[in-house]
Amino acid sequence: MHALPDARGHFGEFGGRYVPETLMPALLELQQAYEHWSNDADFNRELAELHAAYTGRPTLLYHCERLSDRTGGAQIWLKREDLCHTGAHKINNGLGQGLLAKRMGMTRIIAETGAGQHGVATATVCALLGIECEVFMGAEDVRRQALNVFRMRLLGAKVRTVDSGSRTLKDSINDAMREWVARVGDTYYLIGSTMGPHPYPQMVRDFQSVLGREARAQMLAARGRLPDMLVACVGGGSNAMGLFYPFIDDESVAMVGVEAAGRGLDGGAHSASISRGRVGVLHGKKTYLLQDELGQIQEAHSIAPGLDYPGVGPEHAWLHDTGRARYAAVTDDEAVYALRILAQTEGVICALESSHAVAYAMQMAPAMGPDQIILVNLSGRGDKDMPAVAAYLGEEL
Amino acid sequence: MATRIAEVITRLRGQGRAGLVPFLSVGDPDLATSREALLAVAETGADIIELGVPFSDPIADGPVIQESSQRALRAGSSLPRVIEMVAWLRERTDVPLVLFGYYNPFFRYGDENFARDAKAAGADAVLSSDLPPEEAADLVAACRRYDLDRIFLLAPTSDETRMRAVAQVASGFVYMVSVTGVTGARAAAPAAGIEDLVTKARAVTGLPIGVGFGISSAEQAASVARYADLVIVGSALVRRVFEAGPGGAVAAARDFVAELRRGIDGVRKS
Repeated sequence: MHALPDARGHFGEFGGRYVPETLMPALLELQQAYEHWSNDADFNRELAELHAAYTGRPTLLYHCERLSDRTGGAQIWLKREDLCHTGAHKINNGLGQGLLAKRMGMTRIIAETGAGQHGVATATVCALLGIECEVFMGAEDVRRQALNVFRMRLLGAKVRTVDSGSRTLKDSINDAMREWVARVGDTYYLIGSTMGPHPYPQMVRDFQSVLGREARAQMLAARGRLPDMLVACVGGGSNAMGLFYPFIDDESVAMVGVEAAGRGLDGGAHSASISRGRVGVLHGKKTYLLQDELGQIQEAHSIAPGLDYPGVGPEHAWLHDTGRARYAAVTDDEAVYALRILAQTEGVICALESSHAVAYAMQMAPAMGPDQIILVNLSGRGDKDMPAVAAYLGEEL
Repeated sequence: MATRIAEVITRLRGQGRAGLVPFLSVGDPDLATSREALLAVAETGADIIELGVPFSDPIADGPVIQESSQRALRAGSSLPRVIEMVAWLRERTDVPLVLFGYYNPFFRYGDENFARDAKAAGADAVLSSDLPPEEAADLVAACRRYDLDRIFLLAPTSDETRMRAVAQVASGFVYMVSVTGVTGARAAAPAAGIEDLVTKARAVTGLPIGVGFGISSAEQAASVARYADLVIVGSALVRRVFEAGPGGAVAAARDFVAELRRGIDGVRKS
């Protein structure tokens, strides 16, 4: 396992802690607390027990025989994170950080959310642990994701509507950071992806690595060998880092992160920060960002709300620059197509985010041999996306 | 050679008063109005001026400066326009000018290019809200090469270790954030704890201390002037200038700065 980030949170030139001075003491304290508790046997036992009793871990590793037959070439396997409680991998990180916040004596948790998946996961964890919860969500997203807003409220969380900027995910992060600046004494900011200032990218990766460790062991148990290629979608990049990290030293295993090409990479309406972005600093970290020549951040687009962010986790930027991982992009059209094919061949309706990874696997498989294995992280289930998919296909619900 | 900021500090100490440091976003509501308002601020009694470099995602700012940034960006403001504004002002005033923004526009421009062009235009110092000392090595080195002062923030959450880290890289003055929170006018003057914090900071650094965030009236400015070397006023000025509309912006800026100066000048320091 590579020993990154360094003590100040850098993955090569990426990562770091680009925050107002007010937050620096809190970040240093968080780093210390994380180093302490992540090495504490009781903490790790409690997290593992919750994963077994509550999250539903280990999740299945599943061989898509009909999809593989249809596609031809390599065998496609799925790591079924869609079977986690709350329907996605987000709970892995939520539980880890929630337990950490509790150990740190924090009485209040705040979180940002775009489509609401991380917000729901955080509200769930707060209900379970008995911690006050407030979720920041852009006004535009509140309108589009009314069901998740209702879920969060039902779980006892307060949903704070964000009216600043473009009123979407990036603005909900801005406002959550502003709130953290103001309430840093009693408030824990539970960031939902491998982004933000150090130690968040490391911490989120570590909490998500449970899925990669399981997948690696399950693959060895099922076939006695490692997969040839890992594929995962990348917005901020937490499900991909969770899958990639335990395989980093396995040089025979190719790793591909799939960004959202939206309506096409050349049209400007996409979320492909690595494929089309430039290096910059946003939300506490240096990484690839969608921005103009003068350093103003641009809007991202994807049909998958969880990929709709104009940046990417700094460790992905580093894996890209070192060549250890490759980054591709899949359009809205291709993602919706893959969602339908997976549903019709395997009876699995996946999230639009995850269908980007499925689409890429379907494109790669024919050029590979039938004895080769592509392991796809199926990061979430698709229930939340049914209205969007129906609308995309021109069907009324 | 003493920098302009050092000269101002010497003069203020000679006069036995605190200095006034107004902030305006460059380009709000448009570049022409903003230019005249800034000149009016310089001529009415600002001792140092902070020029806000607008950024799309200002995480340390409250609603007033967020909206000001957005208006400025819509009006075509950007770091190159801000540097041009510095050059225009420098032909007309000797007031020290601090470029105050977020790191990404500086980084995209290039630390070295930014420091070089800012200095050539006549800027005196740089402050980046989201750049703690740990990440500031490149910008600090570039500023040192071009003899620009480096302003850094301290906050109510800063302990002595943080103060020392800031003191190592800062020059010109240290900006003490008076509230645990984002920028924006507040009804009450900064809490008494801030005076203690300034005292603690003085034990760590010999640099002058400016206090800002939340100061919205001449009365509050006067209360801060008792213990701070510089009183920094942002959101309250931005709001007055905006509410006055393009036609009234210059007069509003002039009136409010004069009012703040009267408050500060009423406090004599030994």
